[in-house]
Amino acid sequence: MSDAPTGTPTGTEPVTVALDEPWVLSPSVALRPEPFGALAYHFGNRKLTFLKRPELVRVVEALGEQPDVAAALAAAGVPETQWQAYAAALTGLARTDMIRPRHAGDDEGAAA
Amino acid sequence: MTLAPERSPERAPQQPSQQPSQQPTTAIGRLLPTTGDRTPRGDRLVDQFELGLDAPICLTWELTYACNLECAHCLSSSGRRDPRELSTDQAKAVIDELQRMQVFYINIGGGEPTIRPDFWELLEYSIAHDVGVKFSTNGVRLDKERAAFLASPAMNGYVDIQISLDGATAEVNDYVRGPGSFDTAIRALENLQEAGFGDAKISVVCTRQNIGQLDEFKAIADRYGAMLRLTRLRPSGRGADVWDELHPLPEQQRELYDWLVAHGENVLTGDSFFHLAAFGDEDGSGALPGLNLCGAGRVVCLIDPIGDVYACPFAIHDDFHAGNLLTDGGFQQVWQTSPLFQDLRSPQTGGACASCSFFDSCRGGCMAAKFFTGLPLDGPDPECVQGYGESALAAMNEAGGRVVPAASQDHSKKNPTRNQPVMLQLSRRPADLESALTPRSRPVSACAESPLAGFDPGTGPIGGGGGCASGACGC
Amino acid sequence: MAKPEETVETQTDLSADMLIEEVSIDGMCGVY
Repeated sequence: MSDAPTGTPTGTEPVTVALDEPWVLSPSVALRPEPFGALAYHFGNRKLTFLKRPELVRVVEALGEQPDVAAALAAAGVPETQWQAYAAALTGLARTDMIRPRHAGDDEGAAA
Repeated sequence: MTLAPERSPERAPQQPSQQPSQQPTTAIGRLLPTTGDRTPRGDRLVDQFELGLDAPICLTWELTYACNLECAHCLSSSGRRDPRELSTDQAKAVIDELQRMQVFYINIGGGEPTIRPDFWELLEYSIAHDVGVKFSTNGVRLDKERAAFLASPAMNGYVDIQISLDGATAEVNDYVRGPGSFDTAIRALENLQEAGFGDAKISVVCTRQNIGQLDEFKAIADRYGAMLRLTRLRPSGRGADVWDELHPLPEQQRELYDWLVAHGENVLTGDSFFHLAAFGDEDGSGALPGLNLCGAGRVVCLIDPIGDVYACPFAIHDDFHAGNLLTDGGFQQVWQTSPLFQDLRSPQTGGACASCSFFDSCRGGCMAAKFFTGLPLDGPDPECVQGYGESALAAMNEAGGRVVPAASQDHSKKNPTRNQPVMLQLSRRPADLESALTPRSRPVSACAESPLAGFDPGTGPIGGGGGCASGACGC
Repeated sequence: MAKPEETVETQTDLSADMLIEEVSIDGMCGVY
């Protein structure tokens, strides 16, 4: 797994997710669908995150395959009026290393 | 062994939100004040967890009842191996099932799990099958070689280690855990640190004797690059025998709460102190970090060494027995269809606590703590910080109706070894099993004045139990 | 209290905490 140029987020750095960036689910994360959304568990920092909307689950699952966040949101059917809110949620996920920035050359190795 | 009525093996697992409201069918279910509803009360994670999940988030797996130590307060009354222990292959089959269910991790304990010869093999097997492992140990097998293995890339970050320590000094620790046990734990911490294993946990059971050492515990954790974990003593297993002497005094609970609020940012608690939330404001803002949820039978459970499944490791008793994974169709079947677990997967109302303004914060406390002190499950926790528990115990003692359930099982060593803690030497336990299973007198010491008057907790023994026919405990 | 199935089609006041919630795995009672 390759780190972002500025290093792997530790949970304290002011990372923000922008719509035109490529991201991917961290390889340390297990994503478990539930009737009410999904649970994401990070084996490294032992954080458990509740993804409360099926749309968000689809976005997170699509991140690694889409060119950027905006494309993943569109593919998941999220209305554009909500994109900022979803970006804020993704920022929350980024700050606990649930998702990571993706770089050219990562594409073949997108997380399961 | 189970008291649960027959259940239909064809019943398909249903998602919690689709099940109709149900009346309880098990002894515990009838004693717990639940709504029977299956719809979430809100959109918080805790609201979903309250209804239970189709698979646990994590679970405790006691791998063996064998142990090199004889801790006075052992929640599983461990010491002797049960000859019916799951075999290596049976254990691997359980791991396979947990992988299919996507259980995130297991907390392997016992007894002392590392004295099972196949422990390391099962550890590797679990990690290779995407089930993370935390294991609880007294450190006896964590030599430099093992520490290096645990710190190696082969573990892939999927291993967490919890070293048990119940005193910041050998004097305090060894009194309950036995001579040399403090040194064993420290040596294990040293070995892990030296091997580069980051972030081991020091797991402390808070007692009357060690609550004054919280700063020292933190210092030990910092010194060895470990994280401190403070947990609640429950009157479970041998803990029932030493509860009166060891459980924190009311003022010590306050001390603990204040310390956690001030210093607890990097301290884990396993959410075991949600009953202390009532020290905060009535609006719940004083709650400690955590879900304030009893996860038993909802998102966590216990698998014991012979494949019995219980609601939680602090409730090893027939009444909390959900099934056996060998005879009831496997773990998933037990988890999803056990009548006991169905009864637990509903929001709890307050029962006698409903009128207390702190109920939303404390959730009525711990089921196991009430059960093993003979208190009704729809009333206050024995350590209720408002004092309702003390009053309830005193009132029941006076009325002569408090019956403490006998342990369903006892795996303690028959004869004490040189590891026997001083605490047990002072009050020798009966050597034969039968007398160990009869109810023991459990005097309640009135350590604090109850602020309450006229509170009526109800009287009478709780239902079910392990045969407390010989009458009320003398107090 | 919010209903879990509340429609979000036209919701523009969605906040991040309506989408995610984080807890420590050590944060529910019932395991060692």
